[in-house]
Amino acid sequence: MSPIALDIAIHLAKIALIFFVVLTLAAYLVFAERRILAWIQDRKGPNRVGPFGLLQPLADLIKLLTKEDFRPAGADKWLFYLAPAMAAIPAILTFAVIPFGAPLQLFGREVPLQVADLNVGLLFFLALSSIAVYGVALGGWASNSKYALLGSIRGLAQLISYELSMGLSLVPTVMLAGSLRLSDIVGAQEGIWFIVYQPLAFAIFLISIAAECKRIPFDIPEAEGELVAGFHTEYSGMRFGLFFVGEYINIIVLGGLATTFFLGGWHGPWLPPFAWFSVKTLAFAFFFIWMRGTLPRLRYDQLMHLGWKVLTPLALVNILVTGWILMLR
Amino acid sequence: METFFFMIVAAVAVLASILVITCKNPINSALSLILTFFCLATLYVTLDAPFMAAIQVLVYAGAIMVLIVFVIMLLNVRTESGRRSSHSVLFGSLIGLFTLFQLFYLFNRSSLTGQKGTIDSALINKVGHTELIGKALYTDFLLPFEVTSILLLVAIIGAVVLTKKKI
Repeated sequence: MSPIALDIAIHLAKIALIFFVVLTLAAYLVFAERRILAWIQDRKGPNRVGPFGLLQPLADLIKLLTKEDFRPAGADKWLFYLAPAMAAIPAILTFAVIPFGAPLQLFGREVPLQVADLNVGLLFFLALSSIAVYGVALGGWASNSKYALLGSIRGLAQLISYELSMGLSLVPTVMLAGSLRLSDIVGAQEGIWFIVYQPLAFAIFLISIAAECKRIPFDIPEAEGELVAGFHTEYSGMRFGLFFVGEYINIIVLGGLATTFFLGGWHGPWLPPFAWFSVKTLAFAFFFIWMRGTLPRLRYDQLMHLGWKVLTPLALVNILVTGWILMLR
Repeated sequence: METFFFMIVAAVAVLASILVITCKNPINSALSLILTFFCLATLYVTLDAPFMAAIQVLVYAGAIMVLIVFVIMLLNVRTESGRRSSHSVLFGSLIGLFTLFQLFYLFNRSSLTGQKGTIDSALINKVGHTELIGKALYTDFLLPFEVTSILLLVAIIGAVVLTKKKI
């Protein structure tokens, strides 16, 4: 095979692997969440379909696919159909810049386990996460329903507020690594992980990504007690499923990014790099599920207060202190 | 290949910009504008300016347009109603023709792109686009950069003063 064809084949293989693994993982994360929540609440959870209920995601998929595809009267047809995809695609696109293992030696060449090692990788992630808002916003707006619209407006306001603290909490990692390239950031953590130097930035990033994927305690865009189901109230069948899966893809991707920025990426002793990356990412997924089983929902003003008056100033002070220390060193 | 790619992106950009001003629904206009920004970001990437591309999407498509969409949704403007007066059509087309004439005149003189700077794509690939922009902003253009940040601060304070009745 010529080198260019081999290059393309390797890239396609990596993309196919990511799609397959992330989508399967997202489906099983839904199942894992139901089982873990049941365990936390002293229930049994779904255990009927297959051994230990392991075929439950498949059953859910069949159910979603065979449901009626309903569009409410007065809805904006194009945007209504487009919005679920706009919510799910940026999430999975972000995975392109995450290095999920040490470079491999294949066919006599070095293959990085990363689809695109962009030199603005971190900005690529921030840009895509700011684009992901549109799925939520337009889905609710196009539904032509009060509850959906309220959910969308809440979602927009929340994501704008938390994007700022998320971006600012990543600045110290860039200062330590001296690069926006994600493989460089992982490489700089070979000895000591950045969570040791930057515990505050890690905490801010963790809270911000919880808000970013709209999980309890930050799930006010879909607060079911007040807004029926928030921005996806009017969606049914696989379109609802796409919103739903998008949320779980987001959990996996954001967990992977937290691993990359603060927990040393694929670095770790004994186990192979890919296994380390998976373990750390799944630990974040478990943490999010655990949080859902433990915490109550924040009120709207508390959420805004936390984002603008606590996290953002803290992140700014953290950047200042890190800068001073780096200068004096 | 590169020219072909440029043609496609440029065609989408022009089409989307036309849609921005012809759509009746403000949300559709806003979405077309976002599409235009994406095309511009793609052009920046082909011009060896990845930092500009990322910032274009992050700031324009991801922050400014989100705020515009937010306001449209909050006010719940469904469709634009309002007649165009014949005066505005006349003056608009006159100004448009004048600008077009100016542009053609400038491009034909061809002295616009005569001077070349010291930075080329080889240097960008070696040092990095982000590093080059950062260095230029914080050394050669420090004063304009700081003045801009003070202007933005003034605008923020102004916005707070205007919206709050009692401070």
